[in-house]
Amino acid sequence: MSNETVIHSLPDTASTHDIEPDGHHGHHKESFITKYIFSQDHKMICKQFLITGMIWAIIGGLFSVLFRLQLGYPDQTFPFLEDFLGKWAKGGRIEPEFYYALVTMHGTILVFFVLTQGLSGTFANFLIPLQVGARDMASPFMNMLSYWFFFASSVVLLSSMFIETGPASGGWTSYPPLSALGDASLGSNTGMDLWLIGMALFVVSSLLGGLNYIATILNMRTKGMSMTRVPLTIWAIFFTAILGVLSFPVLLSGFILLLFDRHAGTSFYLSDIYIGSTFKALPNEGGSAILYQHLFWFLGHPEVYIIILPAMGLVSEVMSVNARKPIFGYMAMVGSLFAITVLAFLVWAHHMFVSGLNPFLGSVFVLLTLLIAVPSAIKVFNWLTTLWRGNLRFTPGMLFAIGFVSMFISGGLTGIFLGNSTIDLHLHDTYFVVAHFHIVMGVSAFFGMFAGIYHWFPKMFGRYLNNTMAYIHFWVTLAGAYLIFWPMHYEGLAGMPRRYYDFSPWVSFNNFQGLNRFISIVSIIVFAVQLLFVFNFFYSVFKGRKVKTQNPWGANTLEWTTPINPGHGNWVGEIPEVHRWAYDYGKEGREFVPQTEPVGANEQKH
Amino acid sequence: MATAVPVEQKWWSGGRSPFNVEYGKLMMWYFLMSDAFTFGAFLISYGTIRFSSNGWPDANHVFSSFPVLGSGYPLLFVSLMTFILIMSSVTMVLAVAAGHANDRAGVMKWMVWTIIGGLAFLSCQAWEWTHLYHEGAWWGSNPFTNFDGSKASTNFTNFFFTITGFHGFHVFSGVIINIVMLIMTYNGVFDRRGHYNMIEKAGLYWHFVDLVWVFVFTCFYLF
Repeated sequence: MSNETVIHSLPDTASTHDIEPDGHHGHHKESFITKYIFSQDHKMICKQFLITGMIWAIIGGLFSVLFRLQLGYPDQTFPFLEDFLGKWAKGGRIEPEFYYALVTMHGTILVFFVLTQGLSGTFANFLIPLQVGARDMASPFMNMLSYWFFFASSVVLLSSMFIETGPASGGWTSYPPLSALGDASLGSNTGMDLWLIGMALFVVSSLLGGLNYIATILNMRTKGMSMTRVPLTIWAIFFTAILGVLSFPVLLSGFILLLFDRHAGTSFYLSDIYIGSTFKALPNEGGSAILYQHLFWFLGHPEVYIIILPAMGLVSEVMSVNARKPIFGYMAMVGSLFAITVLAFLVWAHHMFVSGLNPFLGSVFVLLTLLIAVPSAIKVFNWLTTLWRGNLRFTPGMLFAIGFVSMFISGGLTGIFLGNSTIDLHLHDTYFVVAHFHIVMGVSAFFGMFAGIYHWFPKMFGRYLNNTMAYIHFWVTLAGAYLIFWPMHYEGLAGMPRRYYDFSPWVSFNNFQGLNRFISIVSIIVFAVQLLFVFNFFYSVFKGRKVKTQNPWGANTLEWTTPINPGHGNWVGEIPEVHRWAYDYGKEGREFVPQTEPVGANEQKH
Repeated sequence: MATAVPVEQKWWSGGRSPFNVEYGKLMMWYFLMSDAFTFGAFLISYGTIRFSSNGWPDANHVFSSFPVLGSGYPLLFVSLMTFILIMSSVTMVLAVAAGHANDRAGVMKWMVWTIIGGLAFLSCQAWEWTHLYHEGAWWGSNPFTNFDGSKASTNFTNFFFTITGFHGFHVFSGVIINIVMLIMTYNGVFDRRGHYNMIEKAGLYWHFVDLVWVFVFTCFYLF
């Protein structure tokens, strides 16, 4: 039966939601604008988030290649850089001011614009209504606003890169006084204001999205879909949304105070410090730069879980489907997500061990930080035991899911080093930290995102990604990520500080010059492979192999009960009722049992 | 013992809202939690800075003026402001109650009073800000001395204008929301829907803004 017949074979029936199901040749004539631009369909908004996130990822990744050129080849010039960057790379060498701008933008873009809204925005929008059985988000209109606030914040941040004094360059954390004083650095002028405005818009976008995700998950589940039957993706997104809703407002408060310090002569963060460029003390009195660090890290730490939790959810789902086994320890998975969510709010000061924090307070934060190892380890063992004796299908999505676990273990172990304040005093702001968070948060979250994209691409676009390109993408990225970040541990242990423009004046770090060059070469190769993925993505959207069956992976969850190309409203006719959890794989001789199938009379409970 | 919920009722098994509320009210509660964190961060910052300062101005001395009467009435004006805002919460409750009874005229009457209360509060705040400004107080300038007469840092006025300004902005937004609700009530939108849930959601926001004022009032005027 063709797609068209499936969609039109059943009459439209009343639904629990306002949106009438209509196939893609529905009764309402949709214009290009309402369908592709100001769309209120969660699936289109998901694609908008995904593609915006991909554009940001290319920009953010390219920036890292640019500053890796400087770090790998500090003594050489690249004339083509001057062609592109003009005065920022005079003579083909990146200016120090611009180096810091590149580092700052790389961090801001990848942490917030790619791995927060690019990841959460994409998969929360796509999977929540499809997996809980809803026609759309609770408020499709707010959902659309969430994307457009994200778009506006993207425009503001992008525009800051083209102004005369350059974009913000005080690091993605933007600590005052550096970020509060235009005299302190070029980037702390208009670029910093645009950064703050862009981030404020971003907070609004995240809030609108988060409220919608929470309300949809709680209120819009279809009949029979109790909270203990939802897939782990939904639990992960639910906790992510709660983290965002409760931590981003604190960041907003911190930013508002910073804006006043910059423009209204206030002393929230500034005190009578001496400024080298003007040979004078500031007129401010009584402010505390540490206050900003507290406000920032109250978001900043939950933020890393906002990044990693959705990836954990995606990996759990993809892994269970492709191991043809139930996820091991479903309730333990939910419980550990909950524990991580609670602990996320209680560990922020471990970023501030060297700020002059009272050592006793520090020891409390050490304890709470190390506690996170418990739920993290529960999750890791559950993934490993899910794989154990499974019928593994090595689809690209599955490979990335396994790669995620590998990365999460490697990066997580170094977190135990850094969580101890005594070791952190030595390792703080060295390449050891760079290695730790890139592996455990950056690369891991990317692997989770790739697992999700490879797995749900057929549902998003009705076509498959090319597998050959996918396998090249996976293996080069996996090997490359380790080759880039593993050596950084050695550099960090030797005391090599992060954020430095050029290490050649320090004789003690000269022996790392070859290693730095090696890291730079690998990062260029890995970046090129990501471009291969981007090519694969857009090529497959239009020319990929078509999906012929409704449930190509043999998965249990509800999204695979919709038509191959679902219209606005997702299901033709009634929303299916759910009778079991999402993980009945390999049960009583059957490979998989969809959630919509009633429990048999003699069937065992899972 | 009689319970409101039958034992058989499965609240969490899907197909219905587990809290028996529509999504909008759920979102409003989560939004208010989020906003509470914004104000919480401001007030904790205020406490941190004040605690680490050598001294702080005396609220009884700073806030002692009353329009027409002149100075010498510590905290009298802010008491009036607080009374007005709390009364507007009372009228809001009455509007919500009228909404439950589907009484359009009642909703409109009490919404008008709530809007008047909100505008009165904003006017009082405008007067107080203007008065302080003429005394030389603003962001970055503080004419008041500490309790012990020593020179104070500017953070007293910095936090005062930032936090009361942020609260005033919330009251202003609340007044706008209430005006929109009034117009929608007048046009019979809620009668056609058959329920006045929107009034209830606006009421949640309004009470929250009042509640925040209680904390702001305590931190700046009483301590």
